[in-house]
Amino acid sequence: MSADITPGSVPSEGVEAGGWTGAVRRGAVRAFPPDKLLPDRQPSYVASWIYVFGVLTLAALAVVIGTGCVLALKGPGWWHVSSTGRYVNALHLWSVELFMAFMVIHLWGKFFMAAWRGRRAMTWITGAVAFTASVGTAFTGYLTQQNFDSQWISTQAKDGLNSVGIGAFFNVLDFGQMLMWHIVLLPLALVGLTVWHVLLVRHRGVVPPIPLLTAGDAPEGDPAAEAGDEGGGS
Amino acid sequence: MTPPWARIPQPEAAPAETRSYDLVKEFVIALVAVLVLTLAGAAVFGAPDDKPVTLAAWAKADPNDFTATALSELDGSSDTAGYGAPYNTAAPGQKIGPVGLQKAAGVRHPVDTAKDFVLAPLANAPQTPDVAAALAQYQSATPDQQAAWDKAYSDALTAANDDPALVLPDTGGPVPVLLKQLLAQASSGSLDGALLSQGGFYQSDYTKPLLFLADGGYLSGRADAKHLSGDQWGMMNETGNYPGQAWLWLYTFWYQISPFNHSDNADALIWGLMAVLTLGFILIPFIPGVRSIPRYVPVYRLIWRDHYRRQLER
Repeated sequence: MSADITPGSVPSEGVEAGGWTGAVRRGAVRAFPPDKLLPDRQPSYVASWIYVFGVLTLAALAVVIGTGCVLALKGPGWWHVSSTGRYVNALHLWSVELFMAFMVIHLWGKFFMAAWRGRRAMTWITGAVAFTASVGTAFTGYLTQQNFDSQWISTQAKDGLNSVGIGAFFNVLDFGQMLMWHIVLLPLALVGLTVWHVLLVRHRGVVPPIPLLTAGDAPEGDPAAEAGDEGGGS
Repeated sequence: MTPPWARIPQPEAAPAETRSYDLVKEFVIALVAVLVLTLAGAAVFGAPDDKPVTLAAWAKADPNDFTATALSELDGSSDTAGYGAPYNTAAPGQKIGPVGLQKAAGVRHPVDTAKDFVLAPLANAPQTPDVAAALAQYQSATPDQQAAWDKAYSDALTAANDDPALVLPDTGGPVPVLLKQLLAQASSGSLDGALLSQGGFYQSDYTKPLLFLADGGYLSGRADAKHLSGDQWGMMNETGNYPGQAWLWLYTFWYQISPFNHSDNADALIWGLMAVLTLGFILIPFIPGVRSIPRYVPVYRLIWRDHYRRQLER
């Protein structure tokens, strides 16, 4: 392996670094310049309580993961025999309830804002898939409680999953498999989707208001009113 | 007028006006608020933790139901014995129209209910001479003879209202001796371990003991008392007065209405329907009509009311 070494040399300003690393860095900075990644100003129309529910969802996810990590530290049996563990499990439960509630409100808000407009379809898609992944993650959590509830839910849920062939590979009666899905695979997917979703929001910006339409306004086929890529890529 | 299926006009490329907005401060405040709500919710409401049902508890609490279920595992009439894939080939499985995904996925978790739930646990435990002889007699008999004993004992048990004590001792050949011993092993707690330890020392797969439990009436009876049955909105509920998985309401809803609540293919049909609805939900931006709904519901006017007011003032 060879290296292009020039002692004491520093790339002069305006000269682009070569190689894959340089290309990735330039692409990342181009897509997410610091003032776009962490802006200290937002469009003036970002002034409603509905905008709070996105960040509340993120905050609740952080608490869900944090309380889940404490439960993971002590193992799946701990919270059944320790009052401290029982309380940590309750924290996990209520943070999940808050997370799902905030996410559903956020989702409805974005639906009524038609937030997929202006090449923001992938932002909607990553959010919708993240919601679906959250339902799956919560479900596997209920399956791995090791109590009557998990016995009942798993024996009931097996029929739906088996009926379409999923149960052959995703066995809800297998505690070990469900625990791995709950604490490794699905959280990884959910966090990955969340990061992707947030980066898309930062990349595209917050969707602008729907233009007001009044009776007689926006005649059919008016290119000024109807043109544009409502769906489109990210 | 704009047709309902038309796209909502594309917003302007860049906002003309901006305002100060501290994203990090907003996140920190949100995190503190969520922590406070979570700490309070956990402190006030706690979390449910109903102890799991064991085979021992079942055998002690309802020995007749246990014995009837064990017999159904032995004679192949239990739900699991007649389930089909992924446990066995006893049934074709559910279908969506002509498509049978259940059967196509194959038998991935094979279960032989007579062997796994009754005969093997008896054979793997030290037995008295009369039980050992009954087990040897049953296992060396022809399938027809086994079926004849099973049926004789099943008929007698049904006539006795599932009470083994009322069945004549010589009915069903060795079957009553086997089932009585299995009940004794279950009551002592050894059957819980026996069903779980069929694959080695370390265990994490509860498929077999859960299937055996679910075949009986004791587990479902307890669930029914806790309002967890399928016709009570089932598994989206939680034991006690807890919110449970409220987000499963749509999935659970279909089980409450026709034709799903009386269809033999209800599970497959509902999963198929939910797959289509989920795909539609994810792809809303591309579905004409659905993507235009927000324009006709004035929620957006409420969300951006300040913006529109400023626009009108100009």
